Amino acid sequence: MATLLIAEHNGTELAPATLSALTAAQQVGSDITVLVAGANVKAVADAAAQCSGVGKVLLAEGDSLAYDLAENLSELILSVAGDYSHIMAPSNSVSKDAMPRVAALLDVGQLSDITAVLSDVQFQRPIYAGNAIATVTSNDAVKVITVRAAAFDKAAATGGSAAVETLAAPADSGLSSWVNDELTQSERPELTAAERIVSGGRGVGSGENFALLEALADKLGAAVGASRAAVDSGFVPNDMQVGQTGKIVAPSLYMAFGISGAIQHLAGMKDSKVIVAVNKDEEAPIFQVADYGLVGDLFDVLPELTEKL
Amino acid sequence: MKVLVGVKRVIDYNVKVRVKSDNTDVDLSNTKMAINPFCEIAVEEAIRLKEAGIATEVIAVSVGSSASQEQLRTAMALGADRAILVETEDTAEPLTVAKTFAKLMADEGAELVILGKQSIDSDNNQVGQMLAALTKRPQGTFASNVSVESGHVAVTREIDGGLRTVKLALPAIVTTDLRLNEPRFAKLPDIMKAKRKPLETKTFADLGVEVKQHIQLDKVEAPAARQGGVKVGSVDELIQKLKDEAKVI
Repeated sequence: MATLLIAEHNGTELAPATLSALTAAQQVGSDITVLVAGANVKAVADAAAQCSGVGKVLLAEGDSLAYDLAENLSELILSVAGDYSHIMAPSNSVSKDAMPRVAALLDVGQLSDITAVLSDVQFQRPIYAGNAIATVTSNDAVKVITVRAAAFDKAAATGGSAAVETLAAPADSGLSSWVNDELTQSERPELTAAERIVSGGRGVGSGENFALLEALADKLGAAVGASRAAVDSGFVPNDMQVGQTGKIVAPSLYMAFGISGAIQHLAGMKDSKVIVAVNKDEEAPIFQVADYGLVGDLFDVLPELTEKL
Repeated sequence: MKVLVGVKRVIDYNVKVRVKSDNTDVDLSNTKMAINPFCEIAVEEAIRLKEAGIATEVIAVSVGSSASQEQLRTAMALGADRAILVETEDTAEPLTVAKTFAKLMADEGAELVILGKQSIDSDNNQVGQMLAALTKRPQGTFASNVSVESGHVAVTREIDGGLRTVKLALPAIVTTDLRLNEPRFAKLPDIMKAKRKPLETKTFADLGVEVKQHIQLDKVEAPAARQGGVKVGSVDELIQKLKDEAKVI
């Protein structure tokens, strides 16, 4: 039994979600190889080699891997798949794109977004937007798995000394090509990696008003998130959405301002350690999950909070 | 250009999910069912391509129980030209659904397949990617914009850091995200007209699709409920609680 773990990274650093998925991999078995793929990602491979419990690191670099094109990345994973009983990755927009291709070409099912490892074949995963938890058993020889990072503690990023082996990058498929990116530029932490999150909903009223949340976020060193209502209203871009169809987060502190608490939003943040809700409507469902609720106008509360912290 | 579009019958997204008391599954008896919201967006996108003169025919396909005819009729009321139901009383796994679409894509000579990125029941997010792999075609997942040009399609994808546009050679598979479009409502005359549009029923055996159980459902439970906490009366009290009690700031 051996596990291949696909690393999540931003080109220069290993993402914290990789460490959470590493914990899940350790619960499956002790023979763990990490695959780092990208254009120029030697530094990421070196960081992966330091992580506790990693036996080997495979480094694949090449132009065909530059933009995470699923057609190429899945070919790379398949080229080494024969050596492993489990192929795992933290759940993110790259693995969601590529892993089902790997599963299909191996003629196996995929276990998406697991939240618990019960044995090397049995896992738990949320269904119906987290309103039910399924316990499932894989009948396949190879288990292809994506891991919900928020459900697992992070493994130590130090203490390991794995060897880094080089792997040939696949040829470009010729079917798909990168055109351009419109990435959100921000000095604040990434939502899925942040220890604190300040989040706004429809009640914030406009994109300009998000400046009030940003001021508090900067004071707290927090990331800024949003509900689907705020994104659909055009206040903020889609990558800020927290919820079942957006980012799943579990920070130490989640502060929700003007968010009513639709079930889809709760599915994305209910595993946060401490939840604070500020809302004018004392009947808002968000108060049912909040550790600390404050009934009030966010336009009064936010500036006062920012000033007094 | 023929367009295949996937339609899945799922619990209506406004209905609260109940787990069966014997923990074997979710209880769907007497529950309002509807087209999966992401599939509805896929149908809308296909119809817009037809209205723009790009798609010549839109074929709605569902893999599911005979009750799925209702959702296929809705898709035809919205504008799909005809429908195919691949009927099964068992829950079809994503890989089986992908194999079914691969066969239909070849049989129909479809150049574009538009599917929802995930269904709101099983939340797998797999079929489109699996279909692309099985047919050795490119994929544009989590699409927020689709633009068909000669021989290829440009897809703007919602990725973790923002948006990424890729160009795919046709035939291609696209999966929809929430912001691709706003689906229309079916009008009464169109609902009547849809009753006369062709709906063909097939089985996995007809299509030569092998059905295997890859993943077995052992148990379904309600999630652990989070206990609500306390209401605080002021910002000062909130700060004091966060500092002294929760110790998070």
